[in-house]
Amino acid sequence: MLTLTHILLLATALFCISVAGIFINRKNVIVLLMCIELMLLAVNMNFIAFSHFNQDITGQVFVFFILTVAAAESAIGLAILVVLFRNHDSINVEDMGSMKG
Amino acid sequence: MESDRVIVVPRCLLRIINKKMFELIVFYIFAALLLTSAVMVITMRNPVHAALSLILAFFSSAAIWLLLEAEFLAIVLVLVYVGAVMVLFLFVIMMLDINLAKIREGFIRFLPVGFLVALVMVIVMGSIVGSGIIEPLLEERVYYGPGFSNTQHLGQTLYTDYLYPFEIAGAILLVAIIAAISLTMRARRDTKAQDPNRQVAVKRSDRVRLVSMKTEDR
Amino acid sequence: MFNDLQTLCLVIVLAPLAGALLAGLGGGILGRAGAHTVTILGVLVATICSFVVFKQVIVDGMPPADFTVYEWLSSGNFSLQVGFLIDPLTVTMMSVVTFVSLMIHVYTIGYMHDDPGYTRFFSYISLFTFAMLMLVMANNFMQLFFGWEAVGVVSYLLIGFWYQRESAIFANLKAFLVNRVGDFGFLIGIAAVLMYFNSLDYADVFAGAPDLAGQQITLYGTEVWSVMTFICICLFIGAMGKSAQVPLHVWLPDSMEGPTPISALIHAATMVTAGIFMVARMSPLFEFSETALNFVMFIGAVTALFMGLLGLVQNDIKRVIAYSTLSQLGYMTVALGASAYAAAIFHLATHAFFKALLFLAAGSVIIGMHHEQDMRKMGGLYRYMPVTWICCFLGTLALIGFPGTSGFFSKDMIIEAVHLSTLPAAGFAYWSLVIGVIVTALYSFRLFFMTFHGSERMDRDTWEHIHESPAVVWVPLCALAIPSIFIGLFLVGPMLFENYFAGSILVQEQHNVLATLGEDYHGPWGLIVHSFTSPMILLCMATGIFLAWIGYLKQPDLPGKLAGWLKWPYRVLVNKYGFDAFNQIIFAGGARKLGALLWQIGDVKLIDGLVVNGTALTVRWFSGVIRHLQTGYLYHYAFAMIIGLVFLLVFFVHRIGFAGLTP
Repeated sequence: MLTLTHILLLATALFCISVAGIFINRKNVIVLLMCIELMLLAVNMNFIAFSHFNQDITGQVFVFFILTVAAAESAIGLAILVVLFRNHDSINVEDMGSMKG
Repeated sequence: MESDRVIVVPRCLLRIINKKMFELIVFYIFAALLLTSAVMVITMRNPVHAALSLILAFFSSAAIWLLLEAEFLAIVLVLVYVGAVMVLFLFVIMMLDINLAKIREGFIRFLPVGFLVALVMVIVMGSIVGSGIIEPLLEERVYYGPGFSNTQHLGQTLYTDYLYPFEIAGAILLVAIIAAISLTMRARRDTKAQDPNRQVAVKRSDRVRLVSMKTEDR
Repeated sequence: MFNDLQTLCLVIVLAPLAGALLAGLGGGILGRAGAHTVTILGVLVATICSFVVFKQVIVDGMPPADFTVYEWLSSGNFSLQVGFLIDPLTVTMMSVVTFVSLMIHVYTIGYMHDDPGYTRFFSYISLFTFAMLMLVMANNFMQLFFGWEAVGVVSYLLIGFWYQRESAIFANLKAFLVNRVGDFGFLIGIAAVLMYFNSLDYADVFAGAPDLAGQQITLYGTEVWSVMTFICICLFIGAMGKSAQVPLHVWLPDSMEGPTPISALIHAATMVTAGIFMVARMSPLFEFSETALNFVMFIGAVTALFMGLLGLVQNDIKRVIAYSTLSQLGYMTVALGASAYAAAIFHLATHAFFKALLFLAAGSVIIGMHHEQDMRKMGGLYRYMPVTWICCFLGTLALIGFPGTSGFFSKDMIIEAVHLSTLPAAGFAYWSLVIGVIVTALYSFRLFFMTFHGSERMDRDTWEHIHESPAVVWVPLCALAIPSIFIGLFLVGPMLFENYFAGSILVQEQHNVLATLGEDYHGPWGLIVHSFTSPMILLCMATGIFLAWIGYLKQPDLPGKLAGWLKWPYRVLVNKYGFDAFNQIIFAGGARKLGALLWQIGDVKLIDGLVVNGTALTVRWFSGVIRHLQTGYLYHYAFAMIIGLVFLLVFFVHRIGFAGLTP
């Protein structure tokens, strides 16, 4: 029988994988963005699970908003990436140290 | 309600699995797919492969969402995320000429750290989820059933209780569009476009310079 | 009746203020003639009304009136009010102030004729009249203090009237600072009054004075003073500043930098007498402290004698008169100390007339000499300026106290009163005053002879232009000369011996020297006859005149030789006993050194260095340390976020526990 715990564990695993992804792909901005998408997916998964098991549609409303904001975020993030690449000829995070204190 | 469900499975299997069992099996399949593709996202050497893996992850989570009766969002995830956002990702990846070798430097070095952090989180989060404090509260799983329109229900909530946040979400998307365009748009130097403003504002001194010269001796 | 008086008082006070405001703010529109018209009109109205009130109180015998016209603020059961106390003392002062002020206004038309600050000047002197009237008419300490400071401000403005002169600016700053010293004491005195009497109204304070007579106050450590002594000495310190008593006299000679009408009005006739007036007004307090009276008398005696001596070596015509003013103020102060308040006020009134007269005469000379003030460059002026000469002669006679003149009555009465006083300081004071008579006669006639007689020492250019001053100048001179001579004759009896000040001045039985004097009083003529029958004072005076005649008419080279023989005393006098140098070095220099010290150590090192820059440096150092956390690399921030998230999660789970997660 499919229970809430199954979904939550799955989301937890997904979230942890994406956190690990941020650590090991620390140089590649594109993969970083993808990892963030994965994190959001994990969060969405939780929202939908609770929405379903609580019989409350509000959770899905929030997922809707998260999707919206995530789309906007990735659009702007990629735009910045493009500008960055145009100026630096690289998307290596290590090359972006101009904010160093 | 349960009798309304039509599940197509081989008759031999039907004997050993009931409906709930079947749901679980489907869940495990897609969960495994999801986790596998997620791991591939973070480990793939080539960003294009990573993006394709992410698409797979989206697909499998959409399937899980369908299991949870969130049909509209599952479709949106596929259409919007896979159809638009991920395509955008792929565009960008392919447009930029990325030096892959440099990008992957230090991958191994940070692998232990990444897994350590992930492990801690798994332990903490898993200890909460696995402790079983949530489960008893939500023991009864109630289905909406096929006659229920998830889209209508979601739309009704969205356009009544969450109207203003919805409008704000629209505005955010608009801002994102404008931001993305204004960030990436650039005037090309070699275009021959005319600027009427500058044409009108031009003065004689900008164009003509009078110089007095000594007459040349013949 | 009462309301009429109230209206009258308000008119007296506000008419000069209105004139001052109109001339000061609307001077540009009114023009010169308009400015002097409105101010003179305002002061004229005040003068007439003052005389009306004077008549009501003195002639018709109206009882003293004490009323409040406006309550400024109240706090609990304590309130500050604007009110008037109309009694013989007040009306006397009012009449003197307004009359002298009116004369000076008229005189100013001539004296300031060519000055660019004409309207400003009229505005100031009208404002001064207002402030002085507020001072003398006050019925509480607050208003007294207001008037006190207001006359100080106007005095400051007028000393520095020619503000482009460096010496004028120095003089007015000096006057201001020295007066601050006095005002500090005054303010402490007022505060002590408020503390012990719980009221600032004269009526309450005077009524409560006898009860407090025995009370004591502990000053620093174990020093125990009588409360009354403390209050009176503090108040008198204020009077010392305003009335230029040693050692706070240093500002008055320098104040001669101001225009001559000001020297006459403020620094001779009225403002400087505010201290005398105040002490007389506070007689119900001073009477309860013999210590304070002794102090007052001692200070007065020192001022009277030693400031007079300084007049002997001055060459500036106005400075000589300024030192004579100091000396005469000393006489008044001695009278106060001897509890002969009436005599002090009487001398104040007569002095106001004859000193204003002398100043205006000096001013007339200065106009005639084209703003030359050095007496060594004058001489023989009686041929060219007869009116001024006669007026100055009459003023000089009054000043030295020639029998029959107003100065004779007032000064003689003071000397006699001190002679009768039983206070310890009386002996010293008496002899100081007697010697002072010689000195007064000597410097007065020195001035007179050097200016109007002897050889003509001015240069040719000036000589050709010497002329008698215009009518606006000599008419006030004559108008002041008449009371200078005759007012004593009429007032000496009523003012000193006939209960004139009943109700406004309180004298205790054992101090009442004037009553003792009154037993032998047989009319003014009796006094004149008495001065010839027991001629010590007269002889002193004659000695002084004789010396002046010898030294400045017969043997003009004698004073120079004398100065040569008596080098050391001469230098002491020329240096004014070193008060100026002392103040300059110790107080001014000390303050400057202290300021430099505070600036170098306190401000530059402590505040700027340690507090301001130190804070900034600390922040800079600290930020220099922690800025290395800011690597600028995106993933470092991401790591920080995630590690923080993990910590939060662990903390959250272990703090709240699983039970806390249940809904």
